[in-house]
Amino acid sequence: MVDLPIMPSPEITPESELFWKAAADGRLSLSYCNACAKPHWYPRAICPFCNSTDTEWRAVSGRGKIYSCSLVSPAKNPYVIAFVSLEEGPVLLTNVFAGDLSAVAIGQNVKVAFAAGERDMTIPVFIVADT
Amino acid sequence: MSIRGVASIAGIFEHPLRKAPDKSVAQLHAEVAAGALADAGLSMRDVDGYFCAGDAPGLGPLSMAEYLNMTPRFFNSTDTGGSSYLIHVISAAQAIAAGHCNVALITLAGRPRSEPPVGTGIRGAAQPDLQWEMPYRPAVANLYAMFAARHMYEFGTTSEQLAWVKVAASHHAQHNPHAMLRELVTVSDVLNSPMIATPLHRLDCCVVSDGGGALVLTRPELARSLGKPDIRLRGGGMAIKHQAGGNLDLTWSAAVQSGAAAFDEASVAPADIRYASIYDSFTITVLTQLEDLGFCAKGQGGRFVADGGLISGQGKLAVNTDGGGLCNNHPSNRGGMTKMIEAVRQLRGAAHPAVQVPDCHLALAQAMGGALSTRHASATLILERM
Repeated sequence: MVDLPIMPSPEITPESELFWKAAADGRLSLSYCNACAKPHWYPRAICPFCNSTDTEWRAVSGRGKIYSCSLVSPAKNPYVIAFVSLEEGPVLLTNVFAGDLSAVAIGQNVKVAFAAGERDMTIPVFIVADT
Repeated sequence: MSIRGVASIAGIFEHPLRKAPDKSVAQLHAEVAAGALADAGLSMRDVDGYFCAGDAPGLGPLSMAEYLNMTPRFFNSTDTGGSSYLIHVISAAQAIAAGHCNVALITLAGRPRSEPPVGTGIRGAAQPDLQWEMPYRPAVANLYAMFAARHMYEFGTTSEQLAWVKVAASHHAQHNPHAMLRELVTVSDVLNSPMIATPLHRLDCCVVSDGGGALVLTRPELARSLGKPDIRLRGGGMAIKHQAGGNLDLTWSAAVQSGAAAFDEASVAPADIRYASIYDSFTITVLTQLEDLGFCAKGQGGRFVADGGLISGQGKLAVNTDGGGLCNNHPSNRGGMTKMIEAVRQLRGAAHPAVQVPDCHLALAQAMGGALSTRHASATLILERM
């Protein structure tokens, strides 16, 4: 098991409320467009590809691959920031956690995990899939 | 409407200070404004167009017009971070061509070294990307580091090659008495400096400095009457790149589009450019912009910059002969203004003799605002000495 730190929590908006509720229930969700059938990131009420307002939240696999990453080395508490390419298509910004942060690399398979955030929020993060 | 030939840069000024704890931001703006107008041989009374970005205090042009006691009839405060000032030049040229102003003043100033900005420059919860990124600590260096990591993965670019960008900047900065870092550094100095965010070391990052700069753009016939070389706008372009709904591609920057637009308007090619100011917030920023502007093929930036490729007088292309943001100055964490100023110095033949490009008649200034990985605005100007 990888220990997950307490994550900073964002201010949310009415547009995103269901995403954060789903995260609290342990589900990663994407906003899908019913008109053009594509998911997008970051989530919005209006599809960025076809401008349809017929969008809905769907739970997704939570599996993906590291598109790029960087080990950030502040004096204490180094962390890995990454772009993860989800199996469903969109690439999202996240943190990847692993037993050995210095071994996290582009191309590795990752899966979603849910970290506790400040103010009782739940923040989706990723962990290397084979750890 | 083309901006080709419609306006000339008549005045430039770079604030000599790199630390200004005892000055206000408005005061710094006023000092660089006075400096650029004096350089042009004009006065504040001649200014009828004014441009500033988010570094200006208060409500930008409104607050600064009062502080400077001027009454411009055209003003604009487009803010795209470090590239804002090149976009101001394009906008000012259009305003001049349309008859909306004759003498446009553009100012930049700030003091992030004396007074580090609170927070991350983020504008608040209404910023639509904020909640999706803020939990993951997207510091600026991190966002450039991931671009660099992908560049290395795709093209085999190395840390040694990136380090050469800094080495070249330090070669130039040793001749600039105002530069914040004047010591020559080597590739191993860069590689041995502390790691900030892999693969970027501390010396892959630009300086944080106080100060500022200003520029005066006028009708060409007015510029010619002022006795300085006529440095004419020949082409310009701007472009935005973002995450495109989740279709992220970290192998190119918006300099692809802004550069193509500028070269097209100027009817010249990269090989015609004698000197280039290339925004250098980080070493990787320079590398990708050189590729994206067409100075070398995509993926060949590492080879282009290696072995002194950017050092004036010995490399393939003289880049950032003032020492750039990496060594000279990055006032208010925004480097676009100083990029244009050094390009004008080169075109005037007024760069330091040790770095002056012989017969420099065509130059390019390239800037990047925002963050390479998530969202940024690129702007390109091509300038010509008439």
